[in-house]
Amino acid sequence: MTDVRHEQPVVTFTGLDHAALAARTRRWGWLHYARYRQASEGPFLVTALMLAIGNPILYLAAMGLGLGSIVQADVSGVSYLHFVAPGLLVATVATTGAQFGTWPIFGGFKWIRNYLAAQATPLEPGQMAQGETLAIGVRLFVQAAIFWVIGLAFGAWPGGWSLLAIPIATVAALAMFTPLMAYSATLEEEGLHFNFVQRLIIMPMFLFAGTFFPLESMPIYLQWVGWVSPMWHGTQLARMASFGLAVPPWLVGVHVVFLLACIVGGQVWAHRTFTRRLVR
Amino acid sequence: MPVIQAQNLTKKFGDFTAVDGISFEVAPGESFGLLGPNGAGKSTTMRMIGGTSLRTSGSLTVLGLDPEERGPEVRASLGVVPQQDSLDEELRARDNLIVYGRYFGLPRAYLETKADELLEFAQLTEKAKAKVNALSGGMKRRLTIARGLVNEPRILLLDEPTTGLDPQARHILWDRLFRLKEQGVTLVITTHFMDEAEQLCDRLVVIDHGKIVAEGSPQALIREYSTREVVEVRFGSARNAAMEAELRGMAERIEVLPDRILLYARDGEGLLEQISRRGLNPLTSLVRRSSLEDVFLRLTGRSLID
Ligand SMILES: Nc1ncnc2c1ncn2[C@@H]1O[C@H](COP(=O)(O)OP(=O)(O)OP(=O)(O)O)[C@@H](O)[C@H]1O
Ligand SMILES: [Mg+2]
Repeated sequence: MTDVRHEQPVVTFTGLDHAALAARTRRWGWLHYARYRQASEGPFLVTALMLAIGNPILYLAAMGLGLGSIVQADVSGVSYLHFVAPGLLVATVATTGAQFGTWPIFGGFKWIRNYLAAQATPLEPGQMAQGETLAIGVRLFVQAAIFWVIGLAFGAWPGGWSLLAIPIATVAALAMFTPLMAYSATLEEEGLHFNFVQRLIIMPMFLFAGTFFPLESMPIYLQWVGWVSPMWHGTQLARMASFGLAVPPWLVGVHVVFLLACIVGGQVWAHRTFTRRLVR
Repeated sequence: MPVIQAQNLTKKFGDFTAVDGISFEVAPGESFGLLGPNGAGKSTTMRMIGGTSLRTSGSLTVLGLDPEERGPEVRASLGVVPQQDSLDEELRARDNLIVYGRYFGLPRAYLETKADELLEFAQLTEKAKAKVNALSGGMKRRLTIARGLVNEPRILLLDEPTTGLDPQARHILWDRLFRLKEQGVTLVITTHFMDEAEQLCDRLVVIDHGKIVAEGSPQALIREYSTREVVEVRFGSARNAAMEAELRGMAERIEVLPDRILLYARDGEGLLEQISRRGLNPLTSLVRRSSLEDVFLRLTGRSLID
């Protein structure tokens, strides 16, 4: 018996145009990376869906109905449920965004090594960071949409404009995500960094986001914590959209600019930290 | 024209010089080896070739391009098998190949066919649907090697490719790498296995502390740095050192290792006879031909696997 395999070439060479491939990656690499990130979330889809559905049910039931039954007075001119729902949407989605910016990024350098794999290809570090933002953005958008749909069942939205809370929450979440992603790419060791981030940055940003009560009811010397929290800016915008919270136009501008500045600034910073981490 | 050309290539990490002014060229279709003890600077050199480590000084071109400036263009033609696997453990074996191929901008239809071919190459067809974390260490290694071929590379960088492979898998891989070479792929290989270097490399450099200490074909290096034969004798670890004085002068060169003594001579059998005539009875003795291991020992004072 002869071994047929021996006569065949091991791998066929079809004459790929490597220069064209490099050009395509330079143009579309970020998208290719985003696709990977989505594929890598595949195995966790069911868990993610359960959380995305369970979270709003729990929060809306506990805060909207439970706490709402005690808070009889209108808040900002609307029922407590209507007041709290946009805040809860933004806070939940933004918290998820913040989480995506910590362990998964750190783990990508340290354990899963997906960035190190990609690094051996024409993909560049900055494109990986862009791909992360795109994939996570889509993921957060879906989560926000699920929240909104569940809110319907609770009667949490007074009108159709509340739909805008979905993109607003996504933007607020990305404003948390990109700077944290940039920071996480600088960490070599686990240590206590993320505990610190969680307790001293994310948590206060949540507590001072005006989710459960208007930020203005805080003493003025504490309100600055809300001002630097993307969650608060997002919550304000979501409330405007949902029940028409009165916000002066200049302040609307501040909210929008602040969120976009966080995203862009974080992304530029991530470009640098990813490059520093991967090319040395 | 050489496909890789390095001139005084230097890499410092802070004050520490990992690669210290090395110069070499690799011709198209050649199989080029980088040998050296742990920490010699082999992987760092590989990374500079891929443009994922920035050189401190010197010049480097890969396929005529500077990998630091034209990284994506260089890496599009490069197959990289890193020393440490970087597979996505949560994805299936086949999906790992496809996802990786997507990074090169390769179309899905091409990748569907390619992935099956590469799984065959790695003898992992049955494991196509298995998650990577369910593969054995050697299987992961084979998958990593196959993955490096997804873009039909012109140059394949193999950083200790066979670490963790069983002897059979290792021989099959040698055979396949040999045939890739016949298909025109340039191979750049680091390894701690001398038999592998002798089998695979047309030419190699020995690096120590970031410097090239010897260069040539395996045969030429053996001729230059070793004798034709080697006698290995053991007197038991307690007595080896004491016997050195007795044996000195009998061989062209003598090397005392913790567990045995190596005596370098043109005529091994003759030397062994001489030893027993002197009444120095080793517990065990062995005459063999010189290998790259001996060259390595001579040049770096260390064994390849240290
Ligand atoms: N990122 C880094 N920062 C600091 N030092 C580094 C870095 N990478 C490598 N080194 C140092 O550079 C030297 C060469 O490392 P390299 O990985 O190139 O060795 P090697 O020849 O591949 O060794 P091995 O056979 O163990 O794989 C080592 O002393 C290592 O500690
Ligand atoms: Mg190495």
